[in-house]
Amino acid sequence: MSFLLRCPNCGVRELTDFGFGGETSSRPSARPQSRELASYNYFRRNVAGRQREWWVHRSGCQAWFLAERDTRTNEVIWTALPADAPPVRSAGSQEGHR
Amino acid sequence: MRRLPPQPDELIDRTRPLTFTFDGASVSAFEGDTIASALLAAGQHVLSRSFKYHRPRGEICGCGQCANSLVQVGDAPGVRACGHAVQSGMPVVHQNAWPSLRFDAMSVTDRIGGLLTPVGFYYKTFIRPRRLWPLYEQALRKAAGLGRLPRSRAERQWRTEYRRRHCDVLVIGGGIAGLSAALAAAERGADVVLCDEGPQLGGSLLWEGGAARVRQLAARAEQAGVELLSGASALGYFDGLVAIWQGDVLHQVRARTHIAATGAIEQPFVFPENDLPGVMLASGARRLAELYALAPGERAVVACISDSGLNSALALKAKGIQIAAVADLRTDALRRPAAIALASAGVEVLPGAAVVRAAGKGHLEEVMLAAVTPDGRAREAAQRIECDLLATSAGMMPSGSLLLQAGGQARYEPALHRFMPTVLPDGVHAAGSICGYEDVDAAELSGQIAGLQASAGSASAGTGTGTESLELRALRERLESHSAEPLTPAPAYTRDGRRGGKAFVDLDEDVTVKDMALAVKEGYDVIELAKRYTTVTMGPSQGRFSAQGSARLLGELTAVPLEEVGLTTARPPWVSVPLGVLAGRPFEPAKRSALHAEHRRLGASIRWAGDWRRAYDYGDPDGEALAVHTRAGLIDVSTLGKLIVRGPEAGELLDRLYPNVISTLQPGRIRYGVLLSDSGRITDDGTVCRLDEETFYVTTTSTGATAVEQWFSWWLADWRLQAHITDVTQGVAAMNLAGPNARMVLAKIADFDVGPESFRYLDARQGQVAGIECLLLRIGFVGELGYEIHCPGPNAGQLWAALLQAGADLGVRPFGLEPQRILRLQKQHILVGQDTDSESTPYSASMQWVVKLDKSHDFIGRWALEDAAQREPQSMLVGFTVPSGEVPTEGAVVLAEPGGAVVGQVTSARRSAQLEQSIGMAWVPPGAAFDGARITISDGQRTLEALITTKPFYDPDGAALRS
Repeated sequence: MSFLLRCPNCGVRELTDFGFGGETSSRPSARPQSRELASYNYFRRNVAGRQREWWVHRSGCQAWFLAERDTRTNEVIWTALPADAPPVRSAGSQEGHR
Repeated sequence: MRRLPPQPDELIDRTRPLTFTFDGASVSAFEGDTIASALLAAGQHVLSRSFKYHRPRGEICGCGQCANSLVQVGDAPGVRACGHAVQSGMPVVHQNAWPSLRFDAMSVTDRIGGLLTPVGFYYKTFIRPRRLWPLYEQALRKAAGLGRLPRSRAERQWRTEYRRRHCDVLVIGGGIAGLSAALAAAERGADVVLCDEGPQLGGSLLWEGGAARVRQLAARAEQAGVELLSGASALGYFDGLVAIWQGDVLHQVRARTHIAATGAIEQPFVFPENDLPGVMLASGARRLAELYALAPGERAVVACISDSGLNSALALKAKGIQIAAVADLRTDALRRPAAIALASAGVEVLPGAAVVRAAGKGHLEEVMLAAVTPDGRAREAAQRIECDLLATSAGMMPSGSLLLQAGGQARYEPALHRFMPTVLPDGVHAAGSICGYEDVDAAELSGQIAGLQASAGSASAGTGTGTESLELRALRERLESHSAEPLTPAPAYTRDGRRGGKAFVDLDEDVTVKDMALAVKEGYDVIELAKRYTTVTMGPSQGRFSAQGSARLLGELTAVPLEEVGLTTARPPWVSVPLGVLAGRPFEPAKRSALHAEHRRLGASIRWAGDWRRAYDYGDPDGEALAVHTRAGLIDVSTLGKLIVRGPEAGELLDRLYPNVISTLQPGRIRYGVLLSDSGRITDDGTVCRLDEETFYVTTTSTGATAVEQWFSWWLADWRLQAHITDVTQGVAAMNLAGPNARMVLAKIADFDVGPESFRYLDARQGQVAGIECLLLRIGFVGELGYEIHCPGPNAGQLWAALLQAGADLGVRPFGLEPQRILRLQKQHILVGQDTDSESTPYSASMQWVVKLDKSHDFIGRWALEDAAQREPQSMLVGFTVPSGEVPTEGAVVLAEPGGAVVGQVTSARRSAQLEQSIGMAWVPPGAAFDGARITISDGQRTLEALITTKPFYDPDGAALRS
């Protein structure tokens, strides 16, 4: 893997500048059932295609931001601070980014 | 091989002779020679022994493409002798032969090996009995060894660097197509980088009579501003980044557009004994003659399928080498102008003929030529011709690995009998013989077109696309007259029908026709499977000379057309590269506290602790620990992570992150807390101190600082609370003054009242100590009365000295990390990551007191802990003592009973001088987690009996630290 990412604060940088936070998932808003909790803690969708994910500009401004990336091609469609990110479109997704 | 008289385009400088050594013997060479050309000139025809059968192998391509020329140079194994310039005094030794290249004991595998080493032998021969595998492995590794690596890093003399380069256009390949592409793009304003793996730019024209033309082109490209990298191999294409290895530098080039001008590779024929030294590619023989003035043989036979081979025969003849015969597979070969030229020079050209066998003892002595059927069988009794050189040319294979890695596709075109690139991804262009343009003018034109297209697609190139498209159209029209010529397909395997003799499809890996046939018979009948089973194309040459041949053979064996067989997936690296080049410069930054110089002055032994260099002890860990109990000690704890969390919702943020309540903390008070993941596992611990209504000062473990800062800011980004996090770890120093005399020491130099009533346990105070602004936290870090004093890093040395001076008559001693561990273990303070692991919850770690499930707030880990609270943990962290006084090794296992099952593990163990006891912590089953329970510890050869203690070993009620 070796692509470029645009940090919303600092601009375009090499991948090695950043830390990866994985795909976004929604933290349950209320006490979940055991199965739901296990799913939240231990299961990931791991899509082959576009996914919304977390990155941190580890060697830069330290900011966490969101990106949409195609996991097959590493094409980065957009990056944004959480407040500026486009709304999640897929049905059934909850508020929050985790 | 003898040297020829001076050649017009030779690279050697005959006025500058030098010597180097090969296997200890001195060898003469000229400046400009490669290791291989110098060895060949000195009469060393065998450069290596083959991988599996240890057969003698000689030069093939003359440009570092195959495994035949791998040698060891100094401490670097796997150096390509025909691609590596020789230097004075260079120590070169052979690889993969024992005791010598001339006599290799392992070559016995060539004669009896068929029984022991059939294809896929590592799945068959050496697997039973299984327990003997370590022995087999040792022997096999020695037999298949390819050089010797230095054993330690200290022996590694060289350093490599990364270089990052962003440009508009990257041209890979510096032949005529690449150079003209680079020039065209640069002339239109693009920022262009060109790389080529040869020692000189110019590609095949350097030895095909066009050296002046390409040198002039290279000079123009340089003038136009192209950055030219020679001796620079493109290793692979990674998401738009091309890694280029040039000596000690790894260039990481990121271009907007790429031009693959990587050329085509002449292919060998497959026939019995086709690996004898003396069997060479026609291009290899010409390279040796033109560039290094070597006579590749004295009496040559040329075997070919195209005019390129006939031209080679003419060129070799012009060097004074006798051409005994030319076998051209084309039945109409005699009509070709080059054939007519050869015939008129008295060279016999055999149309429709091929080599069906080679023979010789250690070197080629004769070849058998015969007319062959389309599937390669001799139609007639073979004609025997004595020769010492067989120059072969079985057509061209595009060198398309980089293009395919970039997402391009290639297909076998049945009409042309060539593999051709068919799909190019956006921003990737191809030019030259990779597209079948073998004619020089056509290659140049296709390069210009690619350069124009690439510069039009780059940002900094000028505008004027209208004129460029006209220019492009004109070039395209001119190129159309040069379409790629159809080749004559070579049979996969030509043979005379006699028994005996190995016919190699892949020389690197010693894969024979027989191996491929057996693989097909055993069901590995598609190319990707056959590759994995036989390892064909997997050697150092990465299929340069075997990808097309093995695909063709598989097609014949399975009766599948070549266009359906396809090629195996192209993967980086295209060139075998030392791992050190990829690793770059070793980079292990050390963090040092502001007090590091003080520790050195005091004679501390310094050790690594994570990224930090820390004072481990000052020579007497037991004495240092005892001083803390009896008088006072001072330890540098600057390595602790330190975060300032500030804002109207800072308390809310911390309430959500800690399992206890932080927002109720009064300004000036301190609370201990652990950090949890949402699965309830302990990830870090430390103290939280409230400085004022909106400001909290959080400390973390030494190794956890960065992770905790990221954890906090991640959740903050998600929750978007009004708070801000500042990591002050690097700028703030801290030291802990502890012991019964600590208060008296502090009272001497603090500007505020440190009395037990005004500065209570778990109070935080800001004030001056020795005139320095400090934050003091009264916490029980090592179990005695203690103060953790934080101050700006630059003042730390002064504060440290002041505390030691003030405490001189009160017995203050500096203490290091080791006594700290003893002291903290006495209190059963956990060390996150040492005593806990990724499965540890506060309940299993016997720290249920840090969890406040009755708090109204949700917090990270709450739900998992609610579940955990309902169940008995599988294992509990408890203290133990060993009555015998022996100290178990950390990591020793706890047994259910002597000789019984493993049920737990020792995580910490020390001898406490203060308690005169062996103490430790261990994970044990809940049934054994009560005071007085007996456990058995198995520690290597020792078996120890231990007694469980759930309370701190020292001062269990905390009277000392509250005093």
